[in-house]
Amino acid sequence: MVTAAVSAQQIERWTTMIELLTSRYTYVLMFVLLGIGLYMIIASQNLVKKLIGVSLFQTSIFLFFVSMAYVEGGSAPIVPPESNPGELLVASPLPQVIVLTAIVVGIALTAVGLALVIRIYSEYGTLREDTLREVRADE
Amino acid sequence: MSNIDLIPPLLIVAPILAATLPIALGLRYDRTGWSVATITSTGLFAAALALASVVYTSGEVIHTLGGYPRTYGIQLVADEFSTLIVLLITGVAAGVLAYTRRGGPRGNTFYTAYLLLVGGLLGISLTGDVFNLFVFLEITSIATYALVASGDGPESAVAALKYLILGTVAASMYLLGVAFVFMATGTLNMVELSTAIPAAERPVLIQTGFAFIVVGFAVKVAQWPLHTWQPSAYQQAPDGVTPLIAALVSTASAYAFGRLIVTVFEVDYLAAMPNAAAIVLTIGCVSVLAGTVLAVIQTEVKRMLAYSSVSQFGLVIAAYGVVIAGNSETALTGAVIHLVGHGLLKTGLFLGAALVAASYGARTVDEYAGLATDRPIVAGSMAVLLFSLVGIPPSIGFVGKWYIALGAVESQLWPVAAVIFLSTMLTLAYAARLLEKMYFTPATVVERPHARGPVATDGGDADRDDDSTPDSEVEIDDGRAAAGLRGGAARNPVSVGMIAIVVVVALGAVALGFAGGAIAELLEPFLTEVIN
Repeated sequence: MVTAAVSAQQIERWTTMIELLTSRYTYVLMFVLLGIGLYMIIASQNLVKKLIGVSLFQTSIFLFFVSMAYVEGGSAPIVPPESNPGELLVASPLPQVIVLTAIVVGIALTAVGLALVIRIYSEYGTLREDTLREVRADE
Repeated sequence: MSNIDLIPPLLIVAPILAATLPIALGLRYDRTGWSVATITSTGLFAAALALASVVYTSGEVIHTLGGYPRTYGIQLVADEFSTLIVLLITGVAAGVLAYTRRGGPRGNTFYTAYLLLVGGLLGISLTGDVFNLFVFLEITSIATYALVASGDGPESAVAALKYLILGTVAASMYLLGVAFVFMATGTLNMVELSTAIPAAERPVLIQTGFAFIVVGFAVKVAQWPLHTWQPSAYQQAPDGVTPLIAALVSTASAYAFGRLIVTVFEVDYLAAMPNAAAIVLTIGCVSVLAGTVLAVIQTEVKRMLAYSSVSQFGLVIAAYGVVIAGNSETALTGAVIHLVGHGLLKTGLFLGAALVAASYGARTVDEYAGLATDRPIVAGSMAVLLFSLVGIPPSIGFVGKWYIALGAVESQLWPVAAVIFLSTMLTLAYAARLLEKMYFTPATVVERPHARGPVATDGGDADRDDDSTPDSEVEIDDGRAAAGLRGGAARNPVSVGMIAIVVVVALGAVALGFAGGAIAELLEPFLTEVIN
């Protein structure tokens, strides 16, 4: 009797989990991307690849914002030309505006980062972190 | 008086717009940067004073950008807490210019980055919107990366890149936290959030958001073990830049963190959140101890002061922990005073270190030997600042630590109180090393391998260190008259202004020590509002 109750609970938990994965798969995807980005920052020895990781990390957060704003069946949040359009179902515009701003910030950061990488390359002649450490230790 | 609510946006927009001027004018004229920066930052300081006079007499000043309602618009808020930080930022920014006129870095691009940095910092302190805070954090960060990378050696580019990668990940963590909180509440305004957060249907989202925000700010404020970007960034930045970023950048981040704790999440809500107080307390206390221990073993003065910042900000974060755990008004007062005090002390100390480096090329603790006889005024000022950092009354460093410790004792958080007293002892350990070298170790010429040769950056006027070293102390004694008589004083790497600013900061640190009670009184309306 007890085991049956537990298994029923378990089945319920599994179905909610599957439901979550099918309806909210963008969130899962976003955290996978986040993980990949973070892994690249830590594990990659190449400075440019590290920056790509940073970029990926940021982009996953932008995707999170966008998917959060999605409303099922909603259209783009544009003010219609009619004076009295009636009931409208639109996606939330605020996160999208936020993402636009954040993209600009992200581009600026990538640009500064790449400029620094160019300077490091012209000074030390390498883009690899381990080689860089050796070169700096020699000096 | 009616236009006083225009000052907050002006404080942010003016420096950012003025940042374009040094480059634009630089196409035609050389060396306009310093004048533009001086006019702007003096104006900003005056505006900040005007703002402060209103805020401290008749309450907070709010500007709603574009007139959009605060549910989705952006507000700029100057209250008792943020105005104090605005005063610190504008004051330090204006003061540092007294150093950079002679001490460098020169060039118009430096002043562009400088003005962008000031604009970003003022934005952090005035904004009332959590996403807007992210944007200003990033403006500040980008300007800081550029400033750090403008150092001479190639090492500065490496330090800046390290800072950039860690800083960007930290800011993104903060943004992710904001995303979770936004998901749960649907608003980004700080005041709206403070009512929406307790009412949120999914507290798990708020908790996740807070966790990401804590990690993000732990990096930004340079808390152990996430501080690794900070010592090399401070050390490799040009000497004139380090006082600015050491005093202001982490301070503004720590301010933002405090603002989020007391205004957005609110103390009661965080106190009920499992482990929140414990985590913030642990981060702070561990950083205090780790930072001081690391500072004691450093040989480079700038690096030592950088690690000291890790521990001093640890104190502020620990104070925030006390505020959450014990609902302590005293600890919050302490945190605010220590933020301002530490900013001021580090400005003075890094300026002093830069001055010594400019005149002798002395960068390690050992090379400071005999400084007291060679340069009594600078050594004296640095001694005052170091004692203040340790927390010896009467000084601003003492007042901050006193309130934090008192708050910890009142809330009966004995381990925290113990850490604070222990940290004072350890701070004495590294401060005493420097003091001992300056005052009790006789100078030996041989011990200065880094003595300044003809440096290429200035077109190499090779004779300048020959004539500057012995007589620069005379120049201070005779004051401006001597500087005027010499006429060609441009050869001297140390100007009266550079020495004067260190002395002014040291005197200010002592004067504010007496004014500790007054600052606490000024903060009173804010404290009663956020802590009940």
